[in-house]
Amino acid sequence: MSPSLSLNPVDDFNALTTYPFMVNALEAGTIIAVLAAVVGWYMVLRRQSFAGHTLSVMAFPGAAGAALAGLPTALGYYLACGAAAVFMRGGRSGSGLGSPGRGYGTETATIATVQTVGLAAGFLFLSLNNAVLGGTETLLFGTFLGVSRGQVLTLLLVAIAALAMVAAATRPLLLETIDPEGARARGLPVAALDLGFLLVLALAVAATSQITGALLVFALLVAPPAAAQQLTMRPGLGLVLSVVFALAVVWLGLGVAYFSIWPVGFYVTSFAFALYLAARLWHTTARRRHRGD
Amino acid sequence: MTTTELSPEQATTAAELVNASVRLAGKRIFTDVELTVGRGQFVAVLGPNGAGKSTLMRALLGLLPLQSGSVTVLGRPPAQARAAIGYLPQRHAFDSSTRIRGVDLVRLGLDGTRWGIPVALTTATRRRRKAESARIGEVIETVGATGYAHRAIGELSGGEQQRLLIAQALVRNPQLLILDEPLDSLDLPNQASVAALLRRICTSERVSVLLVAHDVNPLLGYLDQVIYMAGGHATSGSVEEVITSAKLSELYGTPIEVLRTTDGRLVVVGQPEAPHHHGDRHAHDHHEHDQP
Repeated sequence: MSPSLSLNPVDDFNALTTYPFMVNALEAGTIIAVLAAVVGWYMVLRRQSFAGHTLSVMAFPGAAGAALAGLPTALGYYLACGAAAVFMRGGRSGSGLGSPGRGYGTETATIATVQTVGLAAGFLFLSLNNAVLGGTETLLFGTFLGVSRGQVLTLLLVAIAALAMVAAATRPLLLETIDPEGARARGLPVAALDLGFLLVLALAVAATSQITGALLVFALLVAPPAAAQQLTMRPGLGLVLSVVFALAVVWLGLGVAYFSIWPVGFYVTSFAFALYLAARLWHTTARRRHRGD
Repeated sequence: MTTTELSPEQATTAAELVNASVRLAGKRIFTDVELTVGRGQFVAVLGPNGAGKSTLMRALLGLLPLQSGSVTVLGRPPAQARAAIGYLPQRHAFDSSTRIRGVDLVRLGLDGTRWGIPVALTTATRRRRKAESARIGEVIETVGATGYAHRAIGELSGGEQQRLLIAQALVRNPQLLILDEPLDSLDLPNQASVAALLRRICTSERVSVLLVAHDVNPLLGYLDQVIYMAGGHATSGSVEEVITSAKLSELYGTPIEVLRTTDGRLVVVGQPEAPHHHGDRHAHDHHEHDQP
């Protein structure tokens, strides 16, 4: 069934782009790679991976709720993720002057609660709908090869909106990420930045998980930025590396899966994992070498 | 780099409180506090937990209105002087896995509040970036952090992190530097060297420094003035004037004894213990915790 690899790059590229579904997959993959890599870079630096994970789980109640209400599934994703972001932000304890640091303790508990409630709501929607939810597997593991033209266009618009918001706030968001008390003292709208970032993260997760599935969002949202942060501490270079890694993982994953019988999600995740491992290894040996000097 | 705020530079006092009183949620925090911080002075704000030290800082930053009295910072209302104030809030040490370099932290002191993408497209912005990089190198040199400014801040010691945070505040050429418990969580040698650094900055950069501290001992010999807050009141003057049995007994309204050890350290004995929120964070703190 699957096309064979000719080892001639031009022929292979032509083979890859013969079918419209593959072109759509490559375009959608490229868009979400850039989006997930940039938003994920901040998420990893902000230690909000748990929040990101919870948002990705929201795809389940989102899809189930949309099916129940007769709304488009994509809309369900965005609504559920957005609502979860607002709830999670509302749970953060307001730390004033003299109470240093973020309220990580309370935050983790709040996020865990949001996650549980989300899953419970999803389960409820599912039973109310007589357990009819088209493509549970798709929901969890993605539909890389079933992306439509319309989806690509929507993704592009969402990505542009989310990236524009991040671009406008690159430095204030960085300052607020590593030193929230300092940012507050300098008059930055810390609460707005917090909520704004969670909403952008919600957008990115909702967009990405439609393609990669709820369980594989992480392959793109965490591994490339985390690997980039192992390799460089420079913010600008880190962001660029993160995007390059995410693109490499997606393109490689799609390319290899095309010539194989195993699913895209498996390859994308495996490549992301391998990349992260390699970066960790490089970081550790570089440090050991540095100490040896 | 030139500072655009001309009048704050011309002001004769860095900060002035006259008859200042603050009430929060109906609770009196302090009443009739008088304080004058001169230009280039190094002043410590002392007192037990809950005496209103942080509240006083908030009032000076214009984050909190006074109930009565007046507050001026660099000759103007505090909110208008904010651009000329460098403020270091009290905070935890950076997480050990924070993958950001010291220089990036210092650079955020300059551009951390600027919106938009930091891409130098025109020669003018490129020139400005160059000037900024020079200024960043300069303040890192001033605080003695050149040797480790390119390492991850998370991997640095508390003292090294504190120096970089001071550089971050200095990079904007502030006229007044306000630090909330910067010596907290540092070991004794680092407390002493950060105190010496701040004294040097007062002189070399002509910056006034107002510092909240738990323990006056690491600061002895460097300070121009202390303000001691307790029981809703405050008294200010030189260390010798303020930290005496008579002055502190009057302030607390209960007999207090100030002892001087042979190595010159001051020990305050007999003060009513404020409720502790911080566990053993100040375990080494002679000034605060010596039992009656």
